[in-house]
Amino acid sequence: MNFDLTEDQKRIRDVVAEFAATEIAPGVAERERKEEFPRAVIDSLAGLGILGMMVPEEYGGSAADALSYILVIEELARVCASVAVIVSVTNSVFCFPVWKYGSDEQKKTILSEVASGKSLGAYALTEPQSGSDAANQKTRAIRDGNGYVLNGSKAWITNAGEAGWYLVMAMTDPAAGTRGITGFLVSAADEGLRIGPPEDKMGLRSSKTASIYLEDLRLSESRRLGAEGDGFRIAMTTLDHSRIGIAAQGVGIARACYDASTEYAKTRETFGRKLAEHEIIAFQIADMKVQIDAARLLTYRAALLSEKPGVRFSKEASMAKVFATEAANTIAARAVQIFGGYGYSREYPVERFYRDARVTTIYEGTSEIQRIVISKNVLAEA
Amino acid sequence: MNFDLTEDQSLLQSAVREFAENVVRPRAAVIDQSGEFPKDLFHQAGQLGLAGVSVPVEHGGSGMDVVAYSIVIEEISRVCANLGVILSVNNSLVCDPIEKFGNADQKTRFLEPLAKGEKLGCFALTEPNAGSDAANQQTRAVSEGGHWKISGQKVFITCGSDADVCVLFAMTSPEKKSRGISAFLVDAASPGFDRSRHQVKLGVNASGTVEIFLTDVLVPAENMLGNEGDGFKIAMSTLDGGRIGIAAQAVGIATEAMEAAVRYAKARRAFGKAIAEFQVIRFYLADMATDVDAARLLTRRAAAVKDMTKKNGGRYGLEAAEAKLFAAEMAQRVTTKALQIHGGYGYTKEYPVERNFRDARITEIYEGTSEIHRLIIAREIFRDAGLAIG
Repeated sequence: MNFDLTEDQKRIRDVVAEFAATEIAPGVAERERKEEFPRAVIDSLAGLGILGMMVPEEYGGSAADALSYILVIEELARVCASVAVIVSVTNSVFCFPVWKYGSDEQKKTILSEVASGKSLGAYALTEPQSGSDAANQKTRAIRDGNGYVLNGSKAWITNAGEAGWYLVMAMTDPAAGTRGITGFLVSAADEGLRIGPPEDKMGLRSSKTASIYLEDLRLSESRRLGAEGDGFRIAMTTLDHSRIGIAAQGVGIARACYDASTEYAKTRETFGRKLAEHEIIAFQIADMKVQIDAARLLTYRAALLSEKPGVRFSKEASMAKVFATEAANTIAARAVQIFGGYGYSREYPVERFYRDARVTTIYEGTSEIQRIVISKNVLAEA
Repeated sequence: MNFDLTEDQSLLQSAVREFAENVVRPRAAVIDQSGEFPKDLFHQAGQLGLAGVSVPVEHGGSGMDVVAYSIVIEEISRVCANLGVILSVNNSLVCDPIEKFGNADQKTRFLEPLAKGEKLGCFALTEPNAGSDAANQQTRAVSEGGHWKISGQKVFITCGSDADVCVLFAMTSPEKKSRGISAFLVDAASPGFDRSRHQVKLGVNASGTVEIFLTDVLVPAENMLGNEGDGFKIAMSTLDGGRIGIAAQAVGIATEAMEAAVRYAKARRAFGKAIAEFQVIRFYLADMATDVDAARLLTRRAAAVKDMTKKNGGRYGLEAAEAKLFAAEMAQRVTTKALQIHGGYGYTKEYPVERNFRDARITEIYEGTSEIHRLIIAREIFRDAGLAIG
């Protein structure tokens, strides 16, 4: 048992933390206010090899380990949760499944393009009536000669309109239920792909979220990911991985709240004493630290397990996700309270952290879905 | 980073689990009710090397690391929180300070039999008016012709009923306050060393908790642990390690309660189905499992950091405080839910969750209350800010 990072992991964490402090932090408040997609930041991150971190170098990636990737998401989220989710989606729910399930040709072309950061990736599973209940897909892909014709709509697609490539799940055989779902790689340039207007969200305002519409969109067979009917399995495996990324995002937001609260408590005076000298405030900040450390350990554990051959880690990924994202919400609410009226104002960043934290218990599987996954595993183990 | 147990640690875990299930379990509910101190179980644990897990082999211990020690306490506490705390006291609060601060002679005379489990130790710091505020010691030690003459009163002394050796704290220079406290290794058979009957408690009722009355107890000068005035430093450093043991105890108690709740939820039927089929019960179980895992990770991290400090120096008080605070409060949540899942049966002594629930309660109080741990953590966070925290 060893709780230390390797030198490589420390180095990549420090490089990204430095980048976040100097390149992301200065513009973040304004970009969030104007809902301005952080294109320049993403391009620089691509230069650092951050968009396909775990993908082998031959496909444009950085061949990093899962924990390094998690550390990067944590550092990005500490400064800008929008950048973190843009990067997390590209890595976890696009590059990962294409790397694991793609054909050699798909990896050489599509994966290389995204992992090297020339294009962003997006993932389209959710539909207007099919969120947590992902098996209830209405989008259809019908065989047509050597290819498929896709029709349907997908909702809440992060990076929609900004991505070059979309992994789209569609029903090829509705009678087969979850075994009738198939994954397809759709290019932004494909005819028949229409992007809806951006959603007006509570948080993550400089990330782009929109519906996408597939209207008689024709694909050759070479765009199918894996075999027909593999889609649901690919989707679920992918989500196991991506949940660890969102857990790391929760940890990052929580750390941002903790750091801001700690600094504020050292300087702000009430009743003739610094805030930190009021026992209840000191105790609240102590609780933040313990929660963050527990969330981190659960997240790092899941990341380490996710790389072990043949080991199932759905339970541990869900534990990390539910704990870290709920901790982020608790801690963000506490931070707003510590800042008092200033916490409610845009003058201080905790107001943004509070809004950004809110989505983490919802996307990539709600807390309720995580508890279903955990309890199913706990009952099966007994 | 690697969260796997080593092969040695896994083997130890299996061996301890076997001992706990076969030898300890049949006695757990019985001694909880009778309050009988399980000294025989302590000696048997000692024969397995569990009385001084991380004491070096040359001083009678097992020479394993602190992670291994936390595994021992967790496994024993799952089955019997009484033996869990008895071993935690002997390992962390008695063997540890002698190993760290004792001289060669003290290690031969005291540490070796304690680490082998031939003798039992206790740790006497707390007084009627000095609990969390441990610096406020009223027990006095006066130097007198090659001896220290000690008088005073200690309370809530775990293992005190049956201890052979006592790590005792007393004021040698009251005017120096915390820097006037010294530590002594006291033979419990010394004249003037008297103990009350064991105090009947809500839980961990067989851990031999007594009051100790010291009336002109003569302790040879060579039995002072460390130097005169080192007592407070020794006590605080020792408690850092003790807290890892109590965190592990809390994880053990909670694990047992959670596993019982899972079994019960699968077996018990209501409204025509197993209660494990009800979503609310499943969600309780999901939260319990997550909570237990988080606490175990914090506990093992603290143990691993302590192992590192043994090699490289440094501190582990923050990690130990985080583990103890989280694990103890986790044990309240988990045993409460486990009892709730058992319904009326959970409130009876027919099922062990009732005992788990009572045993969990103390983990938030002894070896530093939750409030003291938040204070320790907050002071560490604001360490360089020059503020008066608490």
